[in-house]
Amino acid sequence: MAEATHPVELTVNGIPHTLAVPARRLLADSLRHDLGLTGTHLGCEHGVCGACTVLLDGEPVRSCLLFTVTVDGQEVTTMEGCRAADGGLGPVQRAFRECHGLQCGFCTPGFVTTVTAYLRDNPDPTAEEAREAIGGNLCRCTGYQNIVASVQRAAEILRAEARRAPRGDDRARDERGGAEAKPAPRAEAS
Amino acid sequence: MTIAPARPAAPAQETTSGPFGASIPRREDLRLAAGDGRYLDDIGHQALAAAFLRSPHAHARVRDIDVSGALEVDGLVAVYTYEDLDGRVAEPLPLLIPHPSLHAPRTAYPLANGIVRHVGEPVVMVVARDRYLAEDAVDRVIVDWEPLPAVVGLPAAFEARHAVHADVPDNVAAHMVQTVGDAPAAIGAAPYTMDLTLEIERSASMPLEGKGVLARWDADDRSLRVYSSTQTSTSVRFALAAKLDLPVDRVEVVTPDVGGGFGVKIVHPWPEEVLVAWAALRLGREVKWVEDRREHFISSAHERGQLHTVKVGFDADGHILGLDVRFLHDNGAYIPYGIIVPIISSTQLLGPYKLGAYRVEFHSMYTNTVIVTPYRGAGRPHGVFVMERVMDALADRLGLDRAEVRRRNMIGPDEMPYDQGMIFQDGRPLIYDTGDFPETLRRALAMVDWSGFQAVRDAARAEGRRVGIGVAAYVEGTGVGPYEGAHVRVDTTGDVVVATGLTTQGQGHETAFAQIAAQELGVPVERVKVTTGDTRRFKYGVGTFASRAAVMSGNAVAAAAGKVRAKALRIAAQALGADLTELVLSDGEIAVRGFGPDGPRIALATVAVLANPLRYAFDEEAKRATQFAGPPSDGPPVPEGEEPGLEATGWYSPIRTTFANGAHAVIVETDPETAEIRILRYCVVHDCGRMINPMIVEGQVHGGVAQGVGGALYERMVYDPDGQLLNASFMDFLMPYASEVPHIEIDHLASPSPLNPLGVKGIGEAGLIPGHAVIASAVEDAEGFRIDRMPISPSELFDLRRRHAAGEVPPLHRSSKEGREDIG
Amino acid sequence: MKPPVFAYHRPASLDEALATLADLGGDAKVLAGGQSLVPVLNMRLAAPAALVDINKLAELSFVHTHDHLVRVGALARHARTERDEAAFAALPLLRQATRQVAHPTIRNRGTTVGSIVHADPAAEMPAVLLLCGGSVELASAVGDGQRGTASGRREVAAADFFLGPLDSDVRPGELAVAASFPVPTGRCGSAWLEVSRRAGDYALCGVGVLAALDADSRVRRLLAAYISVGPTPVLVDLTEAVAGQVFDAADLSSAAALAQARIEPDDDIHATADYRRHLAGVLTRRAAAEALARAGEA
Repeated sequence: MAEATHPVELTVNGIPHTLAVPARRLLADSLRHDLGLTGTHLGCEHGVCGACTVLLDGEPVRSCLLFTVTVDGQEVTTMEGCRAADGGLGPVQRAFRECHGLQCGFCTPGFVTTVTAYLRDNPDPTAEEAREAIGGNLCRCTGYQNIVASVQRAAEILRAEARRAPRGDDRARDERGGAEAKPAPRAEAS
Repeated sequence: MTIAPARPAAPAQETTSGPFGASIPRREDLRLAAGDGRYLDDIGHQALAAAFLRSPHAHARVRDIDVSGALEVDGLVAVYTYEDLDGRVAEPLPLLIPHPSLHAPRTAYPLANGIVRHVGEPVVMVVARDRYLAEDAVDRVIVDWEPLPAVVGLPAAFEARHAVHADVPDNVAAHMVQTVGDAPAAIGAAPYTMDLTLEIERSASMPLEGKGVLARWDADDRSLRVYSSTQTSTSVRFALAAKLDLPVDRVEVVTPDVGGGFGVKIVHPWPEEVLVAWAALRLGREVKWVEDRREHFISSAHERGQLHTVKVGFDADGHILGLDVRFLHDNGAYIPYGIIVPIISSTQLLGPYKLGAYRVEFHSMYTNTVIVTPYRGAGRPHGVFVMERVMDALADRLGLDRAEVRRRNMIGPDEMPYDQGMIFQDGRPLIYDTGDFPETLRRALAMVDWSGFQAVRDAARAEGRRVGIGVAAYVEGTGVGPYEGAHVRVDTTGDVVVATGLTTQGQGHETAFAQIAAQELGVPVERVKVTTGDTRRFKYGVGTFASRAAVMSGNAVAAAAGKVRAKALRIAAQALGADLTELVLSDGEIAVRGFGPDGPRIALATVAVLANPLRYAFDEEAKRATQFAGPPSDGPPVPEGEEPGLEATGWYSPIRTTFANGAHAVIVETDPETAEIRILRYCVVHDCGRMINPMIVEGQVHGGVAQGVGGALYERMVYDPDGQLLNASFMDFLMPYASEVPHIEIDHLASPSPLNPLGVKGIGEAGLIPGHAVIASAVEDAEGFRIDRMPISPSELFDLRRRHAAGEVPPLHRSSKEGREDIG
Repeated sequence: MKPPVFAYHRPASLDEALATLADLGGDAKVLAGGQSLVPVLNMRLAAPAALVDINKLAELSFVHTHDHLVRVGALARHARTERDEAAFAALPLLRQATRQVAHPTIRNRGTTVGSIVHADPAAEMPAVLLLCGGSVELASAVGDGQRGTASGRREVAAADFFLGPLDSDVRPGELAVAASFPVPTGRCGSAWLEVSRRAGDYALCGVGVLAALDADSRVRRLLAAYISVGPTPVLVDLTEAVAGQVFDAADLSSAAALAQARIEPDDDIHATADYRRHLAGVLTRRAAAEALARAGEA
């Protein structure tokens, strides 16, 4: 007597997928095992460590606390979706590398997605703000020093990229019902 | 005073020459920062999933196991209990490190054999199509338990009204005494004595990735491949071959990317490592087990409490004439890793000091709790806590500056090497090789502005704020043996392939070892590929622990690369018709000195071809090599004493441990009302000899400090009297977020090690070692009364304040109206 | 830690949701934010037979402010409530307290109403509702299995809603569709303070304060609600300790003592009852001072 499955349409990193999953299947497991996107990691399965954080319609959420069926029809961005167009390191990932913001790398996907969304809305954080932005993700290796630095370095890289190509912005759409418009990032004079 | 904001790190430098000592960005980050790592659960997507029924009782007999319910679960493949185990798998897990003082060692069975001794002990293994179904099956297994009295905590263990092991009625696994001189006599004759009772509870490694095992039995090949998130693939291989009665050559163990270890993954073989491999063999299918967080809490390992009773005899100048330490160590229900932790506590307690006489005695006790094995620091934090509390207490008693008392007891640089007269955890004499302990301390005090603190305290007091300053110094034995090895090979592509037996959990070995090889061979770092922890690539090794990898494998890589370099030069000399002394190796080429860019030169890739005389030319490089063939000779193509290929194996086996050292200084603020504790400044000075990659070194210190802060102020495993772990989740076991970890200031000293060619010392644990001690020192200074137990929470500090106000906790001498700290 | 099997329903409308809940009876849980429910399921601490997923009921994601009432729909995420400028202008307390709920990522998914229904004694939102004298709107389908317009509605005052730890007055078949927070009138100020072990953790003790002054800047009313000091949030009217006093010279120690006498905290692994009681006093003074100062500026 196999479990009932439900059809789910999910766009992940811009690519639409159709899945048939049991209701209890966690989004993290669908991403990792049904779609082979193992960049999202499971550290606790109770929402505290943040390693599983992905962007749902552009906003960071814990994929260990979401059932795949719940997000039917929505857009998900994972760590893989934060890469550059050529598959190399994206700007936030590059910043982490430059600043030694990762050691074992297990928590890193949660930070990268969180920081990606954060910098979209807050392009020029102070060190204090950067520390607060990463305040909901656990890291056991780095002591957070270099992660804070990575956030600010990522902001630098993104601002430089924006100056080079001010129209090349492909933020995920914000679909929250009744949502207020988020403040637009400050445009840099080119 | 606000917490100093973090400075963004200077972007790492890319460099292609002299990589040793450079802060180059990590090679592995190209993979890991892209989310392209391969951790254990990222591989083996087709594997069956294992799950375990684990004991809900701290101590119980297993009367009956009814698996019939599990058999009805769709997708179930197999259910196993102890009765199904055969051969050596049915035997207890090995005692990894025996010791004469470990007189009553007990280890667990892979599945409980009629009795369980801690919550979390595995009893039934289920294998199913996926983890969801496996857990469903576990839920359907019914076990008939007969609960037995649980022994929890050191006092209960020592009292021994009940026994954890029926045949160890006093719950003592080990009893050890070490003496240097006659401490009781020295204390008896001392002008001053003091008694202290100190308690330190540690925590647990708690890596973000739990354990995991994937086993694949190849029936055609009759070979077993096991992937394990381990700190020692070489040892797991031997252990599994022995347990499964397979020839060692038919077993390979591969370490995937590992999401942190911090000590817990050095224990082996875990029950699950044995059972998953065994099941894979029986079922002829791939089987995978991925530990979840709850399992990690209740069935991995912690490093927990020690209770110390200390007697110290000293003179009016604060010199310690005799120190007598007796302690109880909680080792949990079993003791597979032996008594390494309390031995390290016993020996590293001495720190950078020379005592008149020293006696240390410990009892290692069984309790019905999770096993205790090394967690980053591995007993040093306990020892350092004791010694540093003693120093602070001495200083207070005599009205001396706390730093001055330490200086007076410190071993001076001119007294090195210094023999402490004890045997260390590696069985070798405890001899400090190099280090300038007074200078390390001086720099830490300067960084934190120790002598200017009174003004800071006064200014804070005027604002109604309460601050305190603390200091702690330590010595750390690193690079413990017995050996490590490495293999270095130059491919005909010009790539350099390096393999070493030990493993990686985030320390940047792919980069650091590449830097060493690149330095030796004069190639760009990007051309060097490093593999660690894969027995297919390198079979001999010990493992990554005890801050040993840089020292051990670093030197082994250097040795192997050195041999390769020598061979390359020999071959090049012949090919170029030049003298060895005229050759220069750089940027992947060997050239004759003084000839400029058009002079005679040969690529390392080409030398690699020449090193392997083949009849067939497979690639361009091989064809190109024919121009260097030279005149035919009479001798054999592979000369006597040589081997084909531009490759070599190197080893490093130390005569004893090399000693790093450090000092931390901390300023804390305590809220006069809420008793919340905040760290305002955290200063680290450390000396790990020569640094391979300073950025990686600092990262290790950062991580260690964060764990030290976590352990001092937030983390504690809370067991109730029935042996239930009350905080077995991240909600209630409090690891620090970024908001809890202060900005960390670091300064380095470098006293190279004379014991290894690279002059390096280990750094992996340094950030953590004095954490409890230095924070206790600062909180005590802020509050004006003794802090003898760590960790400490605001609620506990509040309680201490009330007891202090009620006269139950005496003030420090310097806090009373008469006393003051005479800061030197 | 994978959740157990459950039957899954995802109604496309409120009517359908209510009909489904009516059919399922008691062993069904509503899935909105899931930030409290899913960990429980992952740890297999509960195994409801069915989950009714209301995340597609977009019509419930509103935050409406008018007529001295902030009304928050069942699907309004904490982040939505936190950012709403109209709500903030009317009732700053909402943002002050919502900011303290876990971490931003959790707030992106968890809902204000969900938190209220979940009734964790350490949660902020139930206390805010209690402090404001708000209420919860519960809807249910009419009769036995009748489809049609959802006409079963019940409004429960906050004072009656929280029954015990993790226990609120939601009957089988009912869905909480909105929570209403009355906006205090006149010269008011509010504050929310809590002490937790780590940033974002459940509070060891937390307090929300509403202060109202009369035209002479004297205290007309001082009301406080406490979390983590009992099985449900505790409302304490502190007015008697400071009534008529000038707002920036009020006897807050007396108010603190009054609060401490009214609460009955427990020991747990993070803090003793004595410490929690002590914190309640400290936080009362601090939060009341803040709230009164803000009222003074109003």
